[in-house]
Amino acid sequence: MMIRTDLNIIQQWIHPTSRILDLGCGDGELLQTLAKTKGVWGYGLEIDADKITSCVARGVNVIEADLDEGLSQFSDNSFDTVVMTQALQAMRYPHLVLGEMLRVGKQCVVTFPNFGNWRARSYLLSRGRMPVTRQLSFQWYDTPNIHFCTVKDFEALCTEKRIRILHREFVAERLPDRYMKGIWPNMFSDTAIYHLSK
Amino acid sequence: MPDVIPENSVGIVTPQAIHFDEPLVLACGRTLDNYTLMVETYGALNADGSNAILICHALSGHHHAAGYHSMADQRAGWWDNHIGPGKPFDTNRFFIVCPNNIGGCHGSTGPISINPDTDQPWGPDFPPLRVRDWVESQARLADKLGIRQWAAIVGGSLGGMQVMRWALEYPDRLRHAVVIASAMKLSAQNIAFNEIARNAIRSDPEFCNGRYLEQQTQPRNGLGLARMIGHVTYLSDELMGNKFGRELRSGSFQRGQDAPIEFQVESYLRHQGDAFSGAFDANTYLLMTKALDYFDLAREYDHNPVEAFRHASCDFLVVSFSSDWRFSPERAAEIVEALIAADKNVAYTAIESNLGHDAFLLPNQRYEQVLTAYINRIAAEISSK
Repeated sequence: MMIRTDLNIIQQWIHPTSRILDLGCGDGELLQTLAKTKGVWGYGLEIDADKITSCVARGVNVIEADLDEGLSQFSDNSFDTVVMTQALQAMRYPHLVLGEMLRVGKQCVVTFPNFGNWRARSYLLSRGRMPVTRQLSFQWYDTPNIHFCTVKDFEALCTEKRIRILHREFVAERLPDRYMKGIWPNMFSDTAIYHLSK
Repeated sequence: MPDVIPENSVGIVTPQAIHFDEPLVLACGRTLDNYTLMVETYGALNADGSNAILICHALSGHHHAAGYHSMADQRAGWWDNHIGPGKPFDTNRFFIVCPNNIGGCHGSTGPISINPDTDQPWGPDFPPLRVRDWVESQARLADKLGIRQWAAIVGGSLGGMQVMRWALEYPDRLRHAVVIASAMKLSAQNIAFNEIARNAIRSDPEFCNGRYLEQQTQPRNGLGLARMIGHVTYLSDELMGNKFGRELRSGSFQRGQDAPIEFQVESYLRHQGDAFSGAFDANTYLLMTKALDYFDLAREYDHNPVEAFRHASCDFLVVSFSSDWRFSPERAAEIVEALIAADKNVAYTAIESNLGHDAFLLPNQRYEQVLTAYINRIAAEISSK
């Protein structure tokens, strides 16, 4: 689900009237909002049947697709921005998906849950079990989120893959995280939002 | 026919024969001086003519898409699941038009009609048709019905090909294109199956080089065999397995038993073939399968589907079915890919189904939900104007 704060942050990096591809577009809210506020135009890829129906009802251009199969149907640089919100951790090969995003899009926006947050750390440390949090409420064995990473992990991948980080923003809802996230994002942010390019 | 007509049925319907006197120049270069289209309509056209939906039928379809012809009618129209009050194609809100295409054998001008030049049935002399000829005749039907622009044109299989051709030929005459279980062109395998079916018809001694009506006979065996071949390709292996498995209809494998053995699937296929050959015309079958084979959406656009779809200005909904191997999801994905590259609005979904190609004709909750969501949007556009 898209949180208002995430949406506001993403919006500032999206150029008006640009061509957008939204990977894992859910019920189409982001595309519909960006169409209204920025006049963007584009497509969303989604795999969940009910979410696809919601997109159809909203009039969002939704294409049923499995992101793990790559984006071979799209040519290089065919979108101004490729967006993926809260789905990277559910990919079989997140690094390959990132590579595909940067091939198809001139720029990318990625958001993911930060597993380096102190709540996750303390959950594991104190209980010795895989963290089950409000934001990530699945048990380890049935979670769709199979590739968790931290802010540090993600930046290391960007360095390794020579991905340019244009902007980074961090979101935290609760206290004290809200005040601390700026000082120590990997410890206090719930969600990381990156604006990337090749 | 049930004793009581269901509330969500369009009820008793009466087809109308609409005659056209303006000559129709066909893609093959020949001309039909005049022709008749058998048409059914459901619902009412609104004041500004903005709520009309055209339904294009497939290979063996016809104008009778919904409702019943009489209280004695055994079966409702072929798309009765989807057309009616409160159904996806809601006749309370839309004016639905479904013609039998020319070349057909259900009342529109075709091989069983009388050729005015010879006073004999056209038979094999009926001009070969292409999908664009149907589109042309449907456009004239729209003129006659006072429909300048269709709210949507909808079709499955060969019907979907008509929808796509419409979008390219008359971009300003439709706002939405709904393309179901279709493809931009047939594969070699598809053409091969069609040729086997045609050969079955042609090799029936009763075919008489297509002049069987003049000889007062019918190539029923050949047509039945053609249908059996076609029918197998419209189903999935899984469905046939579930439905028939290796069940026997008669005979037994017990030792000492020599009564002939018949599998259920054999008897089922024979029944399908018999029923079809009693209700369909062999020359129409030849003509329709050839139109299918010849169709190639992008042929005139340098074989570039992106270039082809650049000519369209409507929005698209593309639907495929997971177990359809005759018009597979891969073929639908090609359509979608080209539409995206051509910057067209498109929604695409591959519906999970084990019913094969026939799924587009059959009930399926998810299929109905997607159609309903899309059609509701069209209705909202009309009422917000």
